[in-house]
Amino acid sequence: MKRRHFLGLMGAAGVSLTTGVTAKAASSADVAGLPNAGGVLFDASRCIGCRKCEAACNQVNELPKPAKPFDDLTVMDTARRTDAKSYTVVNKYVPKPGENPVFRKIQCNHCMEPACASACFVKAFKKSETGAVVYDASVCVGCRYCMVACPFNIPAYEYDKAFTPRVMKCTLCQPRLLEGKLPGCVEACPKEALQFGKRRELINIAWDRVSGNPDKYVQHVYGEHEMGGTSWLYIAPKPSFAALGMDEGLGTTSAPELTSGALAAVPAVAGIWPVLLTGIYAITKRKDKIAEEEKKAAVEAAIAKASADAEAKLAEELEKAEVAGKRRIEVEVKKALEAAAKEQEGGEDA
Amino acid sequence: MSTEHTKNGSLFTPFNIVAGIILAAGLVVTVMRFTMGLGSVTNLSDNNPWGIWIGFDLLCGVALAAGGYTTSAACYIFGFKRFHAAVRPAILTAFLGYALVVFALNYDVGRPWRLPYPIFYQQGTTSILFEVGLCVFIYLTVLFLEYLPAAFEWKGGFDKYRSILVKLTMVLTIFGVILSTLHQSSLGALYLIVPSKLHPLWYTPYLPVMFFMSSMFAGLSMVVFEGTLSHKYFHHKMDEDYNANYLDLQFAFAKGAAWIMAGYLAMKLLGLSMDNRWHYLFTGYGAWWLLEVVGFVVLPCYCYAVGYRDRNIGLVRLAAPWTVIGIMLNRFDVSLIAFNWQLPSAERYFPSLGEIIISLFVVTIGVLVFKFIVTRMPIFYAHPAYKDSSH
Repeated sequence: MKRRHFLGLMGAAGVSLTTGVTAKAASSADVAGLPNAGGVLFDASRCIGCRKCEAACNQVNELPKPAKPFDDLTVMDTARRTDAKSYTVVNKYVPKPGENPVFRKIQCNHCMEPACASACFVKAFKKSETGAVVYDASVCVGCRYCMVACPFNIPAYEYDKAFTPRVMKCTLCQPRLLEGKLPGCVEACPKEALQFGKRRELINIAWDRVSGNPDKYVQHVYGEHEMGGTSWLYIAPKPSFAALGMDEGLGTTSAPELTSGALAAVPAVAGIWPVLLTGIYAITKRKDKIAEEEKKAAVEAAIAKASADAEAKLAEELEKAEVAGKRRIEVEVKKALEAAAKEQEGGEDA
Repeated sequence: MSTEHTKNGSLFTPFNIVAGIILAAGLVVTVMRFTMGLGSVTNLSDNNPWGIWIGFDLLCGVALAAGGYTTSAACYIFGFKRFHAAVRPAILTAFLGYALVVFALNYDVGRPWRLPYPIFYQQGTTSILFEVGLCVFIYLTVLFLEYLPAAFEWKGGFDKYRSILVKLTMVLTIFGVILSTLHQSSLGALYLIVPSKLHPLWYTPYLPVMFFMSSMFAGLSMVVFEGTLSHKYFHHKMDEDYNANYLDLQFAFAKGAAWIMAGYLAMKLLGLSMDNRWHYLFTGYGAWWLLEVVGFVVLPCYCYAVGYRDRNIGLVRLAAPWTVIGIMLNRFDVSLIAFNWQLPSAERYFPSLGEIIISLFVVTIGVLVFKFIVTRMPIFYAHPAYKDSSH
């Protein structure tokens, strides 16, 4: 593969991985400004724990009949949470032994920027313009990450169904809202502990009531800012929301914000890694090449030096040989001369 | 597992008997799971929607399969060419690991036949889980392509395709590193959305970085550990090239793991400092955190470092499974033990027998398939016909 092709491929991969993230940035901005989103204000000081809201919810959502009837108030002696058969439950809290109990209704809070919708990998959850966070069972895979993500522990699962298990949670009675009706629980409440309206108006009503009775109410509207704000709003008598089993430490950061940093790192990783890795690869390769070249050069130098040495030695040897040869010739000549001289002497003698 | 040479002996070896029992029990639970629903075999609840099928099968499975990208990157990108013979076993382990992660997910999700939906039908791009799913899906494909040459060599007659894949080695390796970086870190990022549910000692904005860093030394440790085991049971399958560099590789990986673990430790401490969470160390969860960090990061890291310095292979081989257990402990802490820490103990999760059986079932399938492949295909040795090839 040519380097150019390779880089092109990597570039394409990088770009394709970033597209998902741009889509994300747009979606969280859309949700924040739903000006006409509806909501419900729950006033814990008005709730008498009659469970009529539970009964109404069960009826309008056609949920299975509970084991104990709704007028059995002993059910509230143990703390409950929402489950696959009940979208809403009322729990009883006794701040101090002997004091009057306080009640709190639990259901989906219909977050302005829902954790479940942000966490869902098939977009099965949607914050609709009515304010309701609605669920589409027809695409749900059943991974249950929405249940992990929900800071209020609301979504429940039909663990007993083998083929069509669904996530179950309050819909804010979306079908009824679209028909112009009130949510079932709000309509059933005999004490006006529940009030339906536009969220921004409910916030004003809540603050009027709370600041008008500073001795009675905790000076806080729960849900105005928690987890980026929720469509359900709560006001409670003193001493605290924690006395009603509500988490006061959730903070104001919305769920999508908690993960946006990690998602934003995706294009960075997809962009930087190929460059860095091919760079490292190129450096390693170049180092190898340089090492190879140096080795070759060293070998050549060694060979050159060896041959030079050999030549010098040869020359020296030759010279030596020449000297020796000369000397030998001289000796031979001398010997011959001597022999000739002797012969001459002998001739003269004879 | 001590009796591997079944061909001349009975089929009823201790290994086969245990594996057979687990497979049979797993099949029974499988039938129950898919005919009566999750509730019939698991202890999952509305407060505890994720159990060990996520905490062990997914989180540990993916972390421990990190040997694939670490080894191939070391060999092909960082220039450790002499570890070439270790790439194939690492790729095979990773491929089987990821394949089994996906297989196990079919048990956990409510409607597994819809698993392709988030990728092909309706993409939830705001979800960290979407990123995990997409990367795991693509990476499984990459690993399959990286593994394929071994299968081609075994079967023969696919030389054309094999040589195309071999030419793609560098591209696949780089893809592997990118995808692994993304999804290993994203598994940690899954928990960024639950600051109120995860104990502050484990919840930190660095979760993604920590998951990625720990996947690196998890991968290196698994290669050392798997190599040690394979040497014991598949020694007859290994060629000279593999054996010649085997010790060097274990030492080099020990050194690498020690350095990364030291960096990881610094990251862990930084996480505590950033949000000033030191006081939590003096609680029960603090003691547990210290057990995880000192007992299963600091000590094995020290073991690796000393083992490398003294050329003591025994220490290195001790540190490897130790680190692997530490990684599993960390993933269990984040997903199960420190998760929902504020709930009363009666509402906390403990795995059911059915869940444990399925997890064992999945691991057993992995071991059996690994055994099947390495005893047949050129994994621990270079195929004679392709010996000079660079793959």
